[in-house]
Amino acid sequence: MKKFELSETALQAEQLKDSLRDPAAGGFVSFEGWVRNENEGRTVQQLEYEAYPAMAEKEGQRIVAEAIERFSLTEALCVHRVGSLEIGDMAVWVGASSPHRGEAFDACRYIIDQIKVSVPIWKKEHYTDGDSGWVNCERCAEHGHEHSGHHAHGPGTAAKQ
Amino acid sequence: MKTLHIEYYALLREQAGVKQQTVQSEIRTPAELYNQLAAEHGFSLGTEQLRAVVNEEFVNWDRQLNDGDRVVFIPPVAGG
Repeated sequence: MKKFELSETALQAEQLKDSLRDPAAGGFVSFEGWVRNENEGRTVQQLEYEAYPAMAEKEGQRIVAEAIERFSLTEALCVHRVGSLEIGDMAVWVGASSPHRGEAFDACRYIIDQIKVSVPIWKKEHYTDGDSGWVNCERCAEHGHEHSGHHAHGPGTAAKQ
Repeated sequence: MKTLHIEYYALLREQAGVKQQTVQSEIRTPAELYNQLAAEHGFSLGTEQLRAVVNEEFVNWDRQLNDGDRVVFIPPVAGG
């Protein structure tokens, strides 16, 4: 079973949850990430997610498989949207089922945190003032011009919010 | 002379103005390749903000490039 998928269409939480049902599971926890109307003080109208599909699936699969092993889950899955999204749309869904609840809670948190740090997916925000920008890229780029060589952004810090 | 295939995503795709590009060159490493392409396209990101992928594996910037390699530079990600 695939443990990480990209989707060009709206995510269906109920269907995704049903795919994790298992007689051995005593608990299920899910996390939904929604498109918010504000980022760093700017009003967001709409946004686009772009992925590098082969690497996103490979990295996502690795993260979820690692979580299943680490938290002894029954099953887990993460699905991430690509394409144009509106405010309130679901951008990402993470679900974990396990014999007991604690592991499912912990695994959801672990999976979403890891996805944000290392899966090659990018977000371009369109603001109400007509401007737009790639999140985590534009401000870095400006700093890069101002003090080239002194701006140390490692891959691990790239997606921190 | 080797042939290298480069694919661009997100900010780099927009700045390059193309989705992919093929380069014939004696270039040895992803770092050298990126610096050459950055000069060509005016990329705003430096290698310290990117990760390099060759043939769908994350690699070090000083890895040896081979004929036919597929190279992607990963800008800071923002999934979730």
